[in-house]
Amino acid sequence: MRNIRRIAVILVVVGLIATAFSTAAQGGGEGLTIGFSQIGSESAWRTSFTDAVKAEAEARGINLLFSDAQQEQENQIAAINAWIAQGDVDAIILAPVVTSGWDVVLQEAKDAGIPVVIVDRNVDADPSLYVTRVSSDFVHEGRLAAAWLVQATSGNCNIVELYGTVGSAAAEDRATGFREVIALFPGMQIIRSETGNFVRTEGKQVMESFLSAEDPANICAVFAHNDDMAIGAIEAIKEAGLVPAQDILIVSVDAIPDIFDSLDAGETNATVELSPFMGAPAFDAVVATLAGEELPKWIPVAGSLYTSRAAYDADHQ
Amino acid sequence: MQPQPILQLKEKLADLKLGGFSWNNRAVWSVAALIIILIVNRLISPNFFSIDMVNGRLIGSLINILDGASAIILLSIGMTLVIATKGIDLSVGTVMAIASAVAVMLINQYEAGAGEFYYMPGVVILIAVAAGAICGLWNGFLVAYLNIQPIIATLILLISGRGIAQMITQGQSPTFTNETLAFIGRGVILGVPFPIYLCLAMLILVTLLVRRSAIGLLIESVGINARASFYAGINSARIKVMVYTLSGICAALAGLVVAGEVKSADPHKAGEFAELDAILAVVIGGTSLNGGRFNLFLSALGVLIIQSLLTGLYVSKLHPTANLVVKAIVVLAVLLLQSDEFRSFLKRLFRRRA
Repeated sequence: MRNIRRIAVILVVVGLIATAFSTAAQGGGEGLTIGFSQIGSESAWRTSFTDAVKAEAEARGINLLFSDAQQEQENQIAAINAWIAQGDVDAIILAPVVTSGWDVVLQEAKDAGIPVVIVDRNVDADPSLYVTRVSSDFVHEGRLAAAWLVQATSGNCNIVELYGTVGSAAAEDRATGFREVIALFPGMQIIRSETGNFVRTEGKQVMESFLSAEDPANICAVFAHNDDMAIGAIEAIKEAGLVPAQDILIVSVDAIPDIFDSLDAGETNATVELSPFMGAPAFDAVVATLAGEELPKWIPVAGSLYTSRAAYDADHQ
Repeated sequence: MQPQPILQLKEKLADLKLGGFSWNNRAVWSVAALIIILIVNRLISPNFFSIDMVNGRLIGSLINILDGASAIILLSIGMTLVIATKGIDLSVGTVMAIASAVAVMLINQYEAGAGEFYYMPGVVILIAVAAGAICGLWNGFLVAYLNIQPIIATLILLISGRGIAQMITQGQSPTFTNETLAFIGRGVILGVPFPIYLCLAMLILVTLLVRRSAIGLLIESVGINARASFYAGINSARIKVMVYTLSGICAALAGLVVAGEVKSADPHKAGEFAELDAILAVVIGGTSLNGGRFNLFLSALGVLIIQSLLTGLYVSKLHPTANLVVKAIVVLAVLLLQSDEFRSFLKRLFRRRA
């Protein structure tokens, strides 16, 4: 009886996942022409973000007009104006270089009846001028990292934090999410927090300082706001004669390719993915808004946490 | 033109007197500032001065300061000479990025099995340094022969250089495994990290170069009065090209140190704002932005002051948002401490109270 129930549950779950996958694969939007203005190709992450959008468009049969702005807002505005003038796009997806200065061009798109979906970075324009914003949920990433650490240490851990660039949304929100979760466990404490500006060398220097200022035995884990700083911290921990990922646990965010080498080598414990897969939700939003649906003004994209390359690969086939 | 020995001696004696207007005096105050910062650090963190030997490498905050300061010290050597000619080199941070990008891209060809001689680690290092030298030559050419103001001439490379570095690595931040190249940033000899030796060697080498020959004097004369130097028959253009080239070479070495430290080249962030720290250190070291007198070791001392301060902030439990403000306040305090006017103002204040 029990077994039958278990099998039934598994079947239902598998069925749900299958439907989820099949809808994702079909998606919708076939035959649409969508303009996509991307910031540039300044990082590996940006490149995979672009590739993911292109692949998703192809899978859905969407005619994607791609424009690389090379870090210039003028280029983005010019591209959007051209799309509006030609009148051949059904919608525009914009990954803005900067936050401000979008009101005029967004108003023009709205007047022309072309819906605009913002992806990744934010804009400070009137929300009525665009459909929605699809972006990573940095708070969620911080929470996920904290949740893993809580579990790994049963809620007892002295943490040192390698802060990102002070004031950046990625750093502030990851810090907020992380603190929200560890606040639930009195045994979890951040004993030191310093900025490494998202850079490897600075992450290493800050970790060196932590290790000399604190008794290393008192440090249970490192939470780094990005993988680069975690890789720097691994170097510092090794130099201090300790074993990274064993003597001191390490969890970071981004899931850049290099961090998987460290995971393979057993030198770090976990990374939370900064999801580059914003194409599907952005296209979904376009399809929904063209069908006349009301959408929330923010659609968060949440990455998952990975403790091995195999798990990551299994998720990204 | 050299002063008589007896005059030199007199100058030296005058320098030793406190309260006189001389750079030696400045040295005293720089050392005092460094010691005060270190003592404050010790108060914040009880084991600040402790140094341990772990796996054949010395570990401790003081070693961290020297190691962490090494890239900026290298920059400050070239920057000091450039500033002594009344110039400035804003491009050093991006030259770091270019040199590290060049080195890492080439070394990865070597690791992938390419056999050509220019992929050999030793040659790769030379090529990277040469890339820095070319950047410096370019700056020097713009400043000396096209008469473009140094701040603008080097600003061009500050901006375009990062693009060049990104083009070299195709926008990625490549990593490498070659231990020879990594040694420059993380090698250890007799327990001491290699970058510290590299800094000392460059400091001594360049000091010998400028002080054992007339070059130092020529640099100062170009900085103090370019026109007078010209009428005195000094080829100031050649001197300028030389100092900018040297600055490029120093920046390339700094780039190799930073790349070796974490075994990767980051064309986006490597050396970002490093030029500002280098300029600040040179100023703390007493070289005037108006050119003229310079001292390489005092510039290095300036870097150590900045790095000690930064390390102090790291071990303090201050929130990171406070870092820049604290840094600004301490740097201001150091500069005030060095200012004769400010000290005599304080003296007067005390006298009036007494």
